Amino acid sequence: MITINSVLVIGGLGLIFGIILSYAGKKLKVEVNPKIESVRDALPGANCGGCGYTGCDPFAEAVVNNEAKPSGCPVGGDSTTEAICNILGIEPTTEAPKTAFVKCNGNCNVAPNKYDYYGIDDCNIAAQLAGDTPKICKHGCMGLGSCVKACEFDAIDIVDGVAIINKEKCVACGACTVVCPKLLIDIVPALSTIHVTCNSTDKGATVKKSCEVGCIGCKLCVKSCNFDAINVTKFLATIDYDKCKLCTLCVKKCPTGAIIHQKKLKVEVDEKPKAVKKAKVDKELASDEKPKAVKKTKVVKELVSDEKPKAVKKAKVDKELDSTSK
Amino acid sequence: MDLLLIFLGAAFVNNFVLTRFLGICPFLGVSKKIETAFGMGIAVTFVMVLASATTFLVYEFLLVPLKIEFLYNIAFILIIASLVQLVEMFIKKSSPTLYQALGVFLPLITTNCAVLGVTVINKDANYNLIQSVISSLGAAFGFTLAIVLFAGIREKVDKNNVPVYFKGLPISLIAAGLMSIVFLGFSGLIK
Repeated sequence: MITINSVLVIGGLGLIFGIILSYAGKKLKVEVNPKIESVRDALPGANCGGCGYTGCDPFAEAVVNNEAKPSGCPVGGDSTTEAICNILGIEPTTEAPKTAFVKCNGNCNVAPNKYDYYGIDDCNIAAQLAGDTPKICKHGCMGLGSCVKACEFDAIDIVDGVAIINKEKCVACGACTVVCPKLLIDIVPALSTIHVTCNSTDKGATVKKSCEVGCIGCKLCVKSCNFDAINVTKFLATIDYDKCKLCTLCVKKCPTGAIIHQKKLKVEVDEKPKAVKKAKVDKELASDEKPKAVKKTKVVKELVSDEKPKAVKKAKVDKELDSTSK
Repeated sequence: MDLLLIFLGAAFVNNFVLTRFLGICPFLGVSKKIETAFGMGIAVTFVMVLASATTFLVYEFLLVPLKIEFLYNIAFILIIASLVQLVEMFIKKSSPTLYQALGVFLPLITTNCAVLGVTVINKDANYNLIQSVISSLGAAFGFTLAIVLFAGIREKVDKNNVPVYFKGLPISLIAAGLMSIVFLGFSGLIK
């Protein structure tokens, strides 16, 4: 009897509440604009957050409500923009393509560590340590690859302990910019090839001690620029991409090599794709045979900083000393 | 007088969050801004009061007569879950902003031990319908008070220069602990 009662009571309660809820669900239903759904279907659905909204659904809503541009989805590109514009019945407008860029070039050869980090491979965890990040430079890339994990498009590699964006694969979704605890990754115009590869707001002397390719805030680039496109605030140069005419004067003037001309790098990497591939394999294996890895990735490194062979040599010696003292 | 004592007892002396340590999850999770904390408090108040009234009726007029009191847990959970679902629909309809701000913590009221706690405590104390409702009102008021006060403290802490080692959750937990000590001061209020 008790069993039947139990079943009846709990089942009955469930049934009653179910009926009430289904009625309430109908009564309290939130009307959704059918356009939102069709815009949502036109989007890639990666929910990467590159548009600045939490996912594809809020973005679709914002587009229909005129709060976001139809071209706001960096992943879908022109085809998606066109599809959305068709749904909304407006003329498509195109925007300059963008890409992510890592504002640090302090790889393991030029920016030494102050201690060896053996913790979890995650930048955000390493950044929370009381002793601050493993690198002497507090602002630089730790190379633990949180951005690599965040990238849905396999466009980031860690080369020599610094994240490098593969421009061809990058869709500028911005997922990596959010996870980087040092806020190192910016979304920049893909056509701009001149970048400041430093994020350090320390004074020049401090930067000198912590990294060979850091921005020391000397303002030589500001003086060299004819277009007023460079500003130095807090000992860090920033480029105004709207004003930059890619004349590369600042690149030549920079005493530390903190400003790079990216095109050069890209072409040379293309010439030797094997080196990159090898470095990648090393990363995947996560082998701790440091000297080997350095050797293989040296090619890439030299491409990056071929103007400073001396510095590289010195760093290499330092490194060897390091490994012997270990 | 009796009802007032029940209310004050549930709100201050046996504050659900700071003395009984129930409902800690929304207490820590939704206490970053006073506004959302208050919204959470209202949602919990609504669920608590309705749940305690409904559970009292179900317990008294269904479970006891049929001698299946042992099912009180499952029946209470069923009632609370349905109520939370109702509240969620209602908030989604009436205030999308609050709905987004509360986020996952809104459905989490379903398993909020403070809500189940107040119904079970009412049952164990053999309160009648009015007493149950007053007790749950007191508990909900205490919860809202605690979470809003805590949100205020956290808003202030965020603007201050906190040592690196205490930033974020550690300082919040310390603040919660200090609040708990403060609420112990009420323990002599009712004998």
